[in-house]
Amino acid sequence: MNYTALLELHGVTKTFGAVAALVNAELVLKAGSIHAVIGENGAGKSTLVKIIGGLYRRDAGTFLLDGESVDFHNTREAKAAGIAVIYQEPTLFPDLSVAENLFVGRQPYTRFGALDRAKMRRETRELTQRLGVPIDPDREARGLSIADQQVVEIAKSISVGAKVIVMDEPTAALSGIEVERLMGIARQLRDEGKGLIFISHRFDEVFALCDVITVMRDGSYVATNLTTVTTEDEIIHQMVGRSVDNLYSKQEALIGEPVLEVEHLTSAGVFQDVSFTVRSGEIVCLAGLVGAGRSEIARAVFGVDPYDSGSVRMGGISVPRTSPAAAMRLGIGFVPEDRRKQGLAMTAGIQSNITLAIRHKLARFGFIIAPLEEPSARTWAARLQVKMYALDTEAQMLSGGNQQKVVLGKWLATKPKLLIVDEPTRGIDVGTKAEVHRLLSELAGTGVALLMISSELPEVMGMADRVLVVREGRITAELPRATATPQNVMYAATHAPEVAA
Amino acid sequence: MSVTHTVPVSQGRRSFLGRILRAREVGLIVMIFALVALTSVTQPGFLFSDGGWRELLRQPTILILIALGEAIVIITRNIDLSVGSILCLSAYAAGSLFSNFPGIPIPLVILSGILLGAFLGLVNGLLVAFLRVPSLVITLGTLYTYRGIAILWIGPHFIRSSWLPDEYRSFGTLQFLGIPVLLIVVAIIVLLIGWFMTSRRVGRDLYALGSNPEAATLFGLGERRLTVTAFVASGALAGLGGLVYLAIFATGDAQVGTGYELQAVAAAVVGGVAIVGGSGTIWGVALGAFFLATISNALPVLGVPSLWQQSIVGVLIVGAILLDRIVFITRIRRAKRKGTAT
Repeated sequence: MNYTALLELHGVTKTFGAVAALVNAELVLKAGSIHAVIGENGAGKSTLVKIIGGLYRRDAGTFLLDGESVDFHNTREAKAAGIAVIYQEPTLFPDLSVAENLFVGRQPYTRFGALDRAKMRRETRELTQRLGVPIDPDREARGLSIADQQVVEIAKSISVGAKVIVMDEPTAALSGIEVERLMGIARQLRDEGKGLIFISHRFDEVFALCDVITVMRDGSYVATNLTTVTTEDEIIHQMVGRSVDNLYSKQEALIGEPVLEVEHLTSAGVFQDVSFTVRSGEIVCLAGLVGAGRSEIARAVFGVDPYDSGSVRMGGISVPRTSPAAAMRLGIGFVPEDRRKQGLAMTAGIQSNITLAIRHKLARFGFIIAPLEEPSARTWAARLQVKMYALDTEAQMLSGGNQQKVVLGKWLATKPKLLIVDEPTRGIDVGTKAEVHRLLSELAGTGVALLMISSELPEVMGMADRVLVVREGRITAELPRATATPQNVMYAATHAPEVAA
Repeated sequence: MSVTHTVPVSQGRRSFLGRILRAREVGLIVMIFALVALTSVTQPGFLFSDGGWRELLRQPTILILIALGEAIVIITRNIDLSVGSILCLSAYAAGSLFSNFPGIPIPLVILSGILLGAFLGLVNGLLVAFLRVPSLVITLGTLYTYRGIAILWIGPHFIRSSWLPDEYRSFGTLQFLGIPVLLIVVAIIVLLIGWFMTSRRVGRDLYALGSNPEAATLFGLGERRLTVTAFVASGALAGLGGLVYLAIFATGDAQVGTGYELQAVAAAVVGGVAIVGGSGTIWGVALGAFFLATISNALPVLGVPSLWQQSIVGVLIVGAILLDRIVFITRIRRAKRKGTAT
């Protein structure tokens, strides 16, 4: 049998300006198999998906589909060639019906030249039923759960006859039952002879579902493993490719008096009975799975979101509810999760971003002019080593790591007693990551209390003096540095608390 | 081979009657009848006179035409503020064609007016689609640019009714079975565009683009082509609006159509088009335009001071938006409560 792979990538490279997003990517997908691509954040998985889906064009390398070289200029060409991409956040048209979403761009016509809605309805019903998830073809897509939206996307890819179906972190926003259902559908498609690429960072799913696992790291191909012969440890080793210990350099700091005291904080349906303290010089990490309620706790403490009961005190003084301004006056700084949307004025310069939180102090007679801002901005930009051409460079022109430094600089300029950092190194390259860790550690050394939220276990292990594990809105474990291990943190994050705990 | 999970099929079907009663169109028809009835009771001449009946039915045709084009643009999550200026240019161009070339075939003049509008719309569309500047800014610019061209060209002159051939002028007053022919023509155009928007791919693509532009890009829907299409349609309809204006009023200067763009947006919004795009029906827009035009006709007849007239229109617009918002929120709640098929 003359056997060729369904899709082959060899030496595929993509750079954006000076940044190499993908270097020598390799991928060989066979028909009737599910191929996992895993790697840490920033490993190049998304870039790979976008090249396969026709959103980006590769700079170099070969891309074969059914043994023939292809070069897609847009998503339409990729689709025509039989490639369907299902994104984590599906891209349906909320105002159109489910049936219309399935057929958008290729709706059938009746012989009178009008849309054949009956046919669309019928085929939609058949397709979704075949996938085991009947969805009313006439309802509008708005309000469908993410899982159901994915089902619609999958149904769409089947109905256009896609041979290759790429799922980009499809399970990230799904509940347990929905994940099971999706995996069932994926197996069904595999048995029908389609090739599936499954992007995920959840080991259990990857091992349960996939036949082959390709590991990527820092934009490069690392290895391809058969699931049957590899182990989780081996994959972890390939993903990390470096010793975790030397990445995070927590300095010892003198831990002093309690700075932040949170007692019985409750917000119905979001988090319940959350109590903890953070002392000066201490780094406390809120660990847990995405969606456990960690960011919500932090936002309530800072006064962005309301809470129902409980109290927040800074240095013994009660922090009023829902007033970030008051929280700032009491010495709290907050570096949010999404720096582009919540942390920075993207079109403003570095200088005005850094001085944003202290502009009242810098202003003279209510006016603020650039010369007043410049000294502080320059000081902090230099201390944080923000790589820039000028202080008035727009924040949106900076790399992720440098943007994060600017946000940090903004809060450090307020001389906070407590700094809350939510996912401080998400989407930041490895080098800058280490710098951010060094900065945070130095900050603790000067007596600042730090409350850090992180989903990256090595980061939690490396930085925290104390780890608080949050699961479904409750703190399920408190682990001091000495006893915290990835295993027991992960255990507490995924299991209901024991009676004694 | 199929995965079997017992999942309830989400039942989203409302009763037919419920849907009818909830539709924006029904509310508008009721309000139009109420308004006409109220006005006729106070001032019978509003409806029961030769001119009254005719004006009631033919005046709204101009606003209906430009509101249709505006709605198509808004459905794609854009806006076209230049329709009033386009209307003016088209009306004057048609007038001067008649005056400079006596005996010119009327269809040729009509075609020229529509093509001029389409061309000006094409300029809008190309600028929006390729410069990737918000249409609000682009068409605000062309609103003044096109008006400036009109002022330069027309100057202090105005269209005289003597320029127009009798056949063209009579077109404005012609009636068929007591209904102005203009309204019949416009009604046919409404039906055609309505059918196109609900039953042709391009129509659905326009809705899809406005519903989720990012998804449209990812999907490769051809958002540039669609944006240009919407603006060309809007320009062509504004051009046609200019021709209708000419047929009805048989005059016009460089200020014709000033402020029409906002009336067109208002008609679309009152007619149920969401300003963020993606939803709204052509029937609703036509009725919304008819309603707003009838208000402008009726309020002076009712003796409402002109100061109040604008405020009433304003309250209606805000009311329409509030209504949309409430309907939207309850629909989302219902969809969430129903829980979908999990």
